[in-house]
Amino acid sequence: MLHVIHPGLFTTVQDEGRPGHAYLGVPPSGALDRGSFHLANRLVGNPSGAAVLETTVRGPELRSEASSVLTLAVTGAPAPVLVDGRPAPFDAAFRVLPGQTVQVGAVTAGLRSYLAVSGGLDLPPVLGSRSGDVLSGLGPAPLEAGATLPVGPAGLVPVVDYVCPPGVFAEPVLDVVPGPRAGWFTDAALGVLARTAWRVSPTSNRVGLRLEGAMLERLKKGELPSEGTATGSIQVPGNGLPVLFLRDHPVTGGYPVIGVVTRAALDLAAQAAPGTTLRFRVRGR
Amino acid sequence: MSTSLYAWPAGETGYLIDVPETDPARVAQGLRIVAGRRRIELVDVVPGLSTVLVTLARPMPPGAFRALLAEVESEPVEDAADTGTITVGVRYDGPDLDEVAALTGLGVQQIVEIHTSTGFRAAFSGFAPGFVYLTGVPAVLRVPRRAEPRAVVPGGSVALADRFTAVYPRPSPGGWRLIGSTDMQLWDDAADPPAAVRPGMTVRFRQVA
Repeated sequence: MLHVIHPGLFTTVQDEGRPGHAYLGVPPSGALDRGSFHLANRLVGNPSGAAVLETTVRGPELRSEASSVLTLAVTGAPAPVLVDGRPAPFDAAFRVLPGQTVQVGAVTAGLRSYLAVSGGLDLPPVLGSRSGDVLSGLGPAPLEAGATLPVGPAGLVPVVDYVCPPGVFAEPVLDVVPGPRAGWFTDAALGVLARTAWRVSPTSNRVGLRLEGAMLERLKKGELPSEGTATGSIQVPGNGLPVLFLRDHPVTGGYPVIGVVTRAALDLAAQAAPGTTLRFRVRGR
Repeated sequence: MSTSLYAWPAGETGYLIDVPETDPARVAQGLRIVAGRRRIELVDVVPGLSTVLVTLARPMPPGAFRALLAEVESEPVEDAADTGTITVGVRYDGPDLDEVAALTGLGVQQIVEIHTSTGFRAAFSGFAPGFVYLTGVPAVLRVPRRAEPRAVVPGGSVALADRFTAVYPRPSPGGWRLIGSTDMQLWDDAADPPAAVRPGMTVRFRQVA
């Protein structure tokens, strides 16, 4: 069991999410930076889909109330990690004794860090997932001071000591595949998408990145009936400013999608803090 | 093989199928059947108003996907499992009932009669878990959304907006016109499936005291 002394700025429980339920209006949800999420679990010997904490900007302060030694690892956006006030490694496993506190400080780059604990966070799953979904409200609520996080029985002894972390880029370039509604835009719009240095707006969250930079002009002005939207969709509402849908995105949308970023690019998007400049590289499928 | 359905790329592993004439829920069901037979792993199949979004576990070239669609079109899905009819008991006590009467020129009793005598089609979900857009609203009952959405619509509210009627499964913000309420639980996290109403089903409303 981990006791939450301080929740951090915005910390949620995340795992692989709940794909397969979109036809019932359920967002996919799940850890936003999959590479860092999987790495955190590998470092503590968990199955790759075990539930972890996803932090935003500043991580939590936790006290171990477990009866045995826990193995922890923090990955993703680099941040100082302290155990009882002493520095602990990042992107590598470390031990925490019963009664000790763990603190994840403010990120020095990127946005989201991942804290995995051996055994995984054992909260009750909803539709097969322990992910907290900010759009639908399914799954565990964001962390609050005083909460307790049950930890499952540790399985394997971790065999991975160190893995080259995926890294966080200051000016990420996101690969995007045109479609499905690229035809609703002027011929120039894809060029504008590729040429513009997009700034991530502070109103961004797990639902999506709101981007500022240029207007993507539409050719077809009519209303688009509600249709399914893939994770990574770049949807363009009436004001012409794109929104990149992350994993808590709505299942259907009423605005045309000019392109969809690749799975690899989604990890980069997850670390794009407000104010970050990002670019798109349009490629064929 | 040729098909009248057109699929647009939607990311590395997805396609958005335009379904202009046929029923998206039916195409979605056909896709599940054909993919199951051919052992093609589907992640999500999402019907929209006139589209179906398909996410595959692995990328599939456009030609192969077109061939799959052609098979879907010739697939009879009359015996599909995920259909059926559900009847929802409604108290017609919504706060917007008088407004709907004014907008449509109908009396409250006429609104209730039309709403309870129509078999609505569960077309697609969205907006929130278990929120299902029901189509088949007669033209006389079509009303615009409220100019200002409510911050909180109580769970179980029965509502009208444009071509749709729906039940809010849980409390949420919302801009539809509320005409009634139901005690029926339409969403249960612990149930399998968690939604009582799913795309492809027929929904009827019955007046209760």
